[in-house]
Amino acid sequence: MATKGPVGARGPAGSSRGGNSRFAQFKLVLLGESAVGKSSLVLRFVKDQFDDYRESTIGAAFLTQTISLDDQTTVKFEIWDTAGQERYKSLAPMYYRNANCAVVVYDITQASSLDKAKQWIKELQRQANENIIIALAGNKLDLVTDQPDKRAITTADAEAYARESGLLFFETSAKTSENVRELFTAIAKKLPLDQAGPRNPRSGGRGGVELRPENTSTQGAGNTCAC
Amino acid sequence: MPLDERSTDASEHAGPTSIDTEEESDSGNHSRVDKNNNKGEKQRPPLPPRPKAGLLQSDASPNSPQSVKGLRPSLQSKPTTALSSVDIQTLSFPDGSRGTFSTPGSRLVSESVMGLSTGTSTPSGKASRAGIDMDDTTSLISYAPTLRGNGDLESLLDSGLDSPSPAWKLLSTQSEAANPFESFEYEGPSLHSFDKEFDEIEAVDTKRGNEEELLIQWKSKLKHYIILSSAGKPIYSRHGDQNLINGYIGIIQTIISFFESAKDPLLGFTAGNTRFVVVTQGPLYLFAISKLKETDAQLRAQLDALYMQILSTLTLSNLTHLFTNRPNTDLRRPLEGTETLLSSLSDTFTKGSASSLLSALECLKIRKTQRYVINNTMLKARTPNLLYGLIVAGGRLVSVARPKRHSLHPGDLQLIFNMLFEAGSVKAGGGENWIPLCLPGFNNRGYLYMYVSFISARENAENVAERPSTASSVSQEDEIAILLISAEKESFFELKEMRDDIVEQLEKNGSMDIIKKAVRVGRSSATEMVPGTPLRHFLYKSRANVQFTMPSFSPDFGSALARRKLMNLYHALHASAHAKHAHTKVIHCISTDSVSLVWTTASFEFYCIAGPNTSRAALAQGANKIIQWVKREEERLFIIGGAVF
Ligand SMILES: Nc1nc2c(ncn2[C@@H]2O[C@H](COP(=O)(O)OP(=O)(O)OP(=O)(O)O)[C@@H](O)[C@H]2O)c(=O)[nH]1
Ligand SMILES: [Mg+2]
Repeated sequence: MATKGPVGARGPAGSSRGGNSRFAQFKLVLLGESAVGKSSLVLRFVKDQFDDYRESTIGAAFLTQTISLDDQTTVKFEIWDTAGQERYKSLAPMYYRNANCAVVVYDITQASSLDKAKQWIKELQRQANENIIIALAGNKLDLVTDQPDKRAITTADAEAYARESGLLFFETSAKTSENVRELFTAIAKKLPLDQAGPRNPRSGGRGGVELRPENTSTQGAGNTCAC
Repeated sequence: MPLDERSTDASEHAGPTSIDTEEESDSGNHSRVDKNNNKGEKQRPPLPPRPKAGLLQSDASPNSPQSVKGLRPSLQSKPTTALSSVDIQTLSFPDGSRGTFSTPGSRLVSESVMGLSTGTSTPSGKASRAGIDMDDTTSLISYAPTLRGNGDLESLLDSGLDSPSPAWKLLSTQSEAANPFESFEYEGPSLHSFDKEFDEIEAVDTKRGNEEELLIQWKSKLKHYIILSSAGKPIYSRHGDQNLINGYIGIIQTIISFFESAKDPLLGFTAGNTRFVVVTQGPLYLFAISKLKETDAQLRAQLDALYMQILSTLTLSNLTHLFTNRPNTDLRRPLEGTETLLSSLSDTFTKGSASSLLSALECLKIRKTQRYVINNTMLKARTPNLLYGLIVAGGRLVSVARPKRHSLHPGDLQLIFNMLFEAGSVKAGGGENWIPLCLPGFNNRGYLYMYVSFISARENAENVAERPSTASSVSQEDEIAILLISAEKESFFELKEMRDDIVEQLEKNGSMDIIKKAVRVGRSSATEMVPGTPLRHFLYKSRANVQFTMPSFSPDFGSALARRKLMNLYHALHASAHAKHAHTKVIHCISTDSVSLVWTTASFEFYCIAGPNTSRAALAQGANKIIQWVKREEERLFIIGGAVF
């Protein structure tokens, strides 16, 4: 039951230079209330797929996707798509602890989902990596194109909040893929790689991707609780 | 590697187990009867009045599970003579269409006479023994059926409504090679609404006033599972939304609580052709309603599995804690998302699952040496935090790595398989998964963490992307899953590395291709196993290994309906073989639409079915040959020992 931190095992995170090209990898976490469309956004981004009916995530899913910012720059995201249901909440720190960036998602047709998003943002700002880049995504944009009265949160309100809190902001549709790529690209561009070229985006032994064991004393099967 | 370890992956209980869903609990049958009679005699209000009739009803009425069995008891031992044949005048066609004259309440012993007269068999113990002589530890007792004895009650009840029509007789004698259930009369519970069984019932819309219509739909379901708290809070119902069934929840709670408070817990009751079974587990009441003629023991095992699913989400400690603090807890919130798992589990039972019936697992058939290589690959790649490692392909186990001290509980594996292969969520996620779950058979007080990754068994993976993610059991056929379980919640990347290592090695040593090929080929049909066999389907459970094997459902049982009919028969056979006082080792059943056989020994349970005109000798010989085949292939069909560390 030894705690472990296989930090370097999967290659150092961060970036490296080969000739003129730059490559960096970052850990990204998605948070937000259940059913707002986190998994749908990720699946659109990673596999360019969408399902009208998707079952709720159990636990968390891990996916990767690489994008090129320009001819020389490649960014690889290692993505944790977390479960939004209440009982998984206590596991969330495990996923955002070492994240370089986070996408906090709400559903623009559900007012309460923005409140939940704000809670997550607060938690991230308090507990996560201090340089974490946070994007706020108002999803299901397609639902309001035909029926504007379905909208529960105005773009202006959400945008204002995002500006105040220093967040990237997009309204997205996983269904039509509107703004999905833009969202992830904007994050990639904002990541430290930009300013300084090939360099570990954050110093201090972050592996970029590992679930670090730090505050978890070992636990057997007997004493943990995921709810 | 320790392939010599005969004791098995799943047979021993691991750890501090306090839940046991294993079989052999069929005593429920009998105790239930007693209970009911008691109840009836004491004239408790909520039950239908049944002083003497109670006995008839639960013991002998065609509607009660015991008498269910679609079997024609032409050859039975005493303890099982309570079996009688089912006769429902439902014209069920093999394609699932139907025209019904269901006379659901008519099944009688006189039919066994019919069974004889259409008779392919002349019952005599000797004849049977001649047929089956492989295993001399087998005690074979068979009796010619008589109308006396247990039959008396039934002949009192029914008055010969259902003798076969001359047309039927003609039909049944016509073709030698008729397949099971091909005749117009299918002798099981009425399945005429089976095709609508899994249709969703809309939400109640008071404006439109659709409630009545929805209730009709609701009542037409063959199977219900309802879970509520002892305080009467609804937790789960397979069909119908809360508004629709709230009234019923209240009634159920009242009835159960009444008996609970009298310290005489209610186990079940019958109304018409419907059986109601109750399981109470601490603060939870689990309630099954079935028109499928399953026995109480079988229904109880199903409810236990649902309870295990709830524990798997919450752990027993959390469940207890929630209700100790607030007896009025609404469990739906903490269980959020578990509903789909409960539903897919329920539907597995309703469709009929050999694995849950037998409480055993099925393995992918590969050569012993190939499995040895795969086991070794797992062991070599093992990382320190691994508790269990499993490779599963097409819903069947390929390899298991486990610590010496711990085996895997079949009930736990059922939950895992249900989550991964029946419910859509994990599979549809498209990535690797990290899932906290409690395996109640292993330890019902804490969580484990499961790494899951799927690999497509198809040559070109493109189809996988196209597959609708919500599709369930169909697609399980081509998935290979690697499951790595740990008690350490931060070990995702460790296990991910292990997985990468395993996959790389399996690719390198050719095992991956072997697995993929075995998955694509699928199960063989009985004829492919033993050419010329009259058997159309069979189940063979190796008791020591807690594993079973069976042929493909196609060609004869390809449709969901045909499969359910087959499963009905297996359920009935299983019930008679496991009846409390059944010392019988062989039961041979003849009905108008099939003949079947159960054979149990210390080492195996064998169930098989053939077309209605198969002679008993042919059936017995067919069974023998299949069993010989299984024995020959044993080390390919079953994981014996596995990779133990
Ligand atoms: N119309 C529309 N529906 C969407 C969109 N994104 C997601 N959905 C639907 O919303 C439902 C929930 O989406 P998910 O992606 O499962 O939501 P989630 O946030 O991952 O939920 P959890 O896993 O429970 O945390 C699904 O039925 C999706 O099809 C969108 O952009 N437009
Ligand atoms: Mg999700």
